Amino acid sequence: MSHQYHLKIWRQKNSQSEGKFENYSIDNIHSDMTLLEMLDVLNQQLAIKGEDPVSFDHDCREGICGSCSLVINGNPHGPDSGTTSCQIFMRKFPNGSQLVIEPFRAKAFPLIKDLVVNRSAFDRIIASGGYVSVDTGSSVDANATPISKIAAEMAMDSAACIGCGACVAACRNGSAMLFVGAKVSHLALLPQGDPERSRRVQNMMTQMDDEGFGSCTNMGSCAGACPKDISLDNIARLNQEYMRSLLKG
Amino acid sequence: MLDFKSHIPNGPLQDKWSNHKFESHLVNPTNRRKHTILIVGTGLAGSSAAASLAEAGYNVKIFGIHDSPRRAHSIAAQGGINAAKNYQNDGDSVQRLFYDTIKGGDFRAREANVYRLAEISVKIIDQCVAQGIPFAREYGGLLSNRSFGGTQVSRTFYARGQTGQQLLLGAYQALERQAHEGRVEIYPRREMMDVVKINDIARGIIVRNLVTGELERYAGDAVVLATGGYGNVFYLSTNAKASNASAVWRAHKRGAAFANPCFTQIHPTCIPVSGDHQSKLTLMSESLRNAGRVWVPLKKGDNRPPHQIPENERDYYLERIYPSFGNLAPRDVASRAAKHVCDEGKGVGSSHLSVYLDFADSIKREGHDSIRMKYGNLFDMYQKITTEDPYKTPMRIYPAVHYTMGGLWVDYNLQSTLPGLFVLGEANFSDHGANRLGASALMQGLADGYFVIPVTLPNYIATQSIVKVDTQHPNFAEAENEVKKTTSQLIKIKGTQTAEMFHKRLGKLMWDDCGMSRNESGLKKLLEEIPKLKEEFWNDILIPGDENQLNNELEKAGRVADFMELGELMARDALERKESCGGHFRTEYQTSDSEALRDDEKFCHVAAWEYNEKNSIRHTEQLNFENIHLQTRSYK
Repeated sequence: MSHQYHLKIWRQKNSQSEGKFENYSIDNIHSDMTLLEMLDVLNQQLAIKGEDPVSFDHDCREGICGSCSLVINGNPHGPDSGTTSCQIFMRKFPNGSQLVIEPFRAKAFPLIKDLVVNRSAFDRIIASGGYVSVDTGSSVDANATPISKIAAEMAMDSAACIGCGACVAACRNGSAMLFVGAKVSHLALLPQGDPERSRRVQNMMTQMDDEGFGSCTNMGSCAGACPKDISLDNIARLNQEYMRSLLKG
Repeated sequence: MLDFKSHIPNGPLQDKWSNHKFESHLVNPTNRRKHTILIVGTGLAGSSAAASLAEAGYNVKIFGIHDSPRRAHSIAAQGGINAAKNYQNDGDSVQRLFYDTIKGGDFRAREANVYRLAEISVKIIDQCVAQGIPFAREYGGLLSNRSFGGTQVSRTFYARGQTGQQLLLGAYQALERQAHEGRVEIYPRREMMDVVKINDIARGIIVRNLVTGELERYAGDAVVLATGGYGNVFYLSTNAKASNASAVWRAHKRGAAFANPCFTQIHPTCIPVSGDHQSKLTLMSESLRNAGRVWVPLKKGDNRPPHQIPENERDYYLERIYPSFGNLAPRDVASRAAKHVCDEGKGVGSSHLSVYLDFADSIKREGHDSIRMKYGNLFDMYQKITTEDPYKTPMRIYPAVHYTMGGLWVDYNLQSTLPGLFVLGEANFSDHGANRLGASALMQGLADGYFVIPVTLPNYIATQSIVKVDTQHPNFAEAENEVKKTTSQLIKIKGTQTAEMFHKRLGKLMWDDCGMSRNESGLKKLLEEIPKLKEEFWNDILIPGDENQLNNELEKAGRVADFMELGELMARDALERKESCGGHFRTEYQTSDSEALRDDEKFCHVAAWEYNEKNSIRHTEQLNFENIHLQTRSYK
C-alpha cells in the first residue's frame, strides 16, 4: 500500500545558526517502510533537487545501537512503547497524516545539525564510574562466584539500556536519572560491582549534575519513552544507592 | 615485495602461544607511556585493545565514526560467545573447539591461530564476568550455555539475545575508565581517510572530522585497524548502515595485502526482503535453531497457510539431509539448503523466497514461558517488523549477507604486510577460514583485543628502532593533500545519481553473481559490469553541499567508491579460486549431492592480494594441517 504524508521537520544548519521547521510533502510511501526509510526517500529527493538532505543519526536500524534519536509528533522515539525511532513502520501512520519530526532536545545534548545532537555527556558519566575496575587478565574463573539467577536477570534488565537519551528528551527537566540509575543498578546488583559501589554512585551523580542534566521529579515520562522498557525501579534504586553511600561511605 | 611470513612459532601446537609469549620482547612499564598507539574502530576488538593497552601503560588514541564508542556494530550481535569451558560436562575441550572451528571453516584457516583462539576463549569469559557482564545463569547460580551451529556441545555463553551489546558495553566501560585516567583519548565522529607511511612503516593516520569536515593528522608508533567487515558491499546485509570497508581498503592501497576477499558469510536466518525500499536486513539469531525446526511444503507452489499443511506434507529438509546436526548445520550449509529448496519452487511467503522456522514443537514441549525467557526479545523484534506472531505462526526466514571471513592479511602477530599496521577482529582474515561458526566472531574480536595484541604489539615496539615523528613530517601533508584532492574531485562532479543509487546497483550485481553461489561466466560478467559502474560513478555522482560540514552524502560516496574497487577484487578472487569451500560455492565444483567440493591439491592456501591499480597480484600462503587430518566436511 502506498501512502502520502505531510512532514514538518526541524532544520538547523549548525549549533550557531537558528533553526526552524520546514514542510515537505512525500508520496509513494509503502506501509512496510520504516520511518527512517521514508526519510531516506525524502533525502534522495532533496539531494537530486540539489538541496541539503536532512541529517539524522542512525546505524544498526534494529533497535540496539542507540544512535537514532527522533522526537516524532512530540514523543521521543514516536508513539509506540518499547520502540526505537528506527523500528517504527509507516503502517503506523494513516494515509495523509502529518508527522512532526524534531531532535532530542535537552540542555545537556547540544544540537549539531538538523536532527543530530551531541550526547557525549553520557560517555563522560560512564567514564566517571560506570564500570568495574578490573584490568584485563586479572580475573578468577567465571564460575568462582555463583550469582542468583534472579539477580543476574534483574541486572540484565538494567544493563539493557542502549544509551539513546530518550529518557532525557522526554523529561521536562532534562534529567538523566533513568540512564544513570540503570548503570548503577546493573553493577550494584552483581557481586562484581560491590567493592566500588559507593564511589561509583557518588561520582556518577556528581558528573550528571556537572553536565547540566536536571533534577528528577518522579513524573515517569522517562520510563514511558524508553525503547528498552527500563523501569522506574532503577531511579528508586539509584536514590537508595546514593543514600546508602552517604551513610556507609 | 610484500613479506608473507606467517611467523607461526615452532613447537607443538599446544605450546606455540605460551612459548611465543615467553619469547616476545617486553617494554619496561616506565617506557610504555612514551609510545603512542593509534586505534581505528571502537567495536569489540578496538575497544578491548585500547583499554588493555592503556591499562598496560601505553598512550592510546582511538577513533570511531559514531557519536560514542558504544554504538559500533558489535553491539548488534545477538546469540552468544563460544568458550571451551566444558561447564556442561558434555565433552568439550580446547582441542574440540579448535577442531570444530577448523572444520567449520572448511580447512581454510591456520591451525596455529585457531588453536590460540580456542585456548584464549576460556579467559575471555573470566574477564567478562569480572567486568559484570550479566550472562544468563542457572538457578544454582552458575553460568548457562546453549548450542550453536556446527557443534555438538553447548559452549555458547549468552546474555539473552543481546550478548554483543553486553560484551561491547563491558569493553566500552573499560575504555571509558582509561579515558577518565587520561591514558586514552577518544575521538568520536572521525572517519579514517588514509594511513601515513614513513620509511615504509605505518606511522600515522589522516581522519576526517565528520562534524566540521576538517582533516586531522595523528602520528603514532603503530596503527591498529579494528574497523569490522565489508558485508555492505552487497548493499543489503545485516551490517549497520555505516559499516564500511574504507579504512581497510585504503590501508590495502598503501601496502596491506587483502586475503580471501571472496569468503563472505550468508547467514541462514534473516527476515526476508519485503520490497525495493528496504535499507537493511535484520538477523534472527542462530540460537533460534536450537528450538525452531526449518521446513518447507513438500509440494511445489503449495500456497496454503502453514497451519493447514499437515505433518506428512512438510519437508524438514535440514533434519532430513543432515540427521546428525539437523537444524544446527553450519551457516553456509543451512543457507545453501534454503536457497536450494526455494530454487526448486518450494519457498513460502509472497515472494516464495523464504522458508519456515517453526517453534510449535518447542512451545509444546517446553511451554510458552520458557521460550519467551530464552528468545522473547527476538520474537518481539520479528513481530514488530513483520506483524506476524511467531508464537502462533512459524517465522519466515531467508539467508542474507552477514559476515566477511576475508580481510587484511595478518601474520601470527596480527601484523599486516604493511609494517607497523596491525589488524584485529572481523577486519582481518585470520581465524575463520571459509566459513565462520556462530558465536565465534565475538570470541575472536575479544581474543585479539584483550589477549593477543597486548603481547604482540609490545614485542613490535621493543624490537623496532622507532624514530620519533610528528605530524609536520612531509608525508602527512602529502597524504592529506591526496585526500583533499579526491574529496573535492567527488564533490565537483555534481552529476545526477546519488551514492545510494550506485550502492544499490553494486549490491545487486554482487548478490547475483558473487553471492550464495558463483560460477565462471557470472564472475566474468561481473568483472565487466563493475568497471562500467565505476566509470559511471566517477562521471555522474551527485553530492549536495560541500566538504566543510556534516555531509552524509559525501561520507556515503567515499565508501561506495571503495566498495566498488573491493567488489571487483572479490570477483577476481572468487574466479581464481576454482573450488568450492565454506561460504564460497562455485557451481562447477560440487559433489553429486550438491555439497561443496574442495580441491586441496590446488587450493589449500590463503590467497593474499597485493594492490595494483591495473592488475592486483595474487600471492599464496600454503596452509599446513599437521594436527587435524584434511577431510571432506560432513554434517550428515
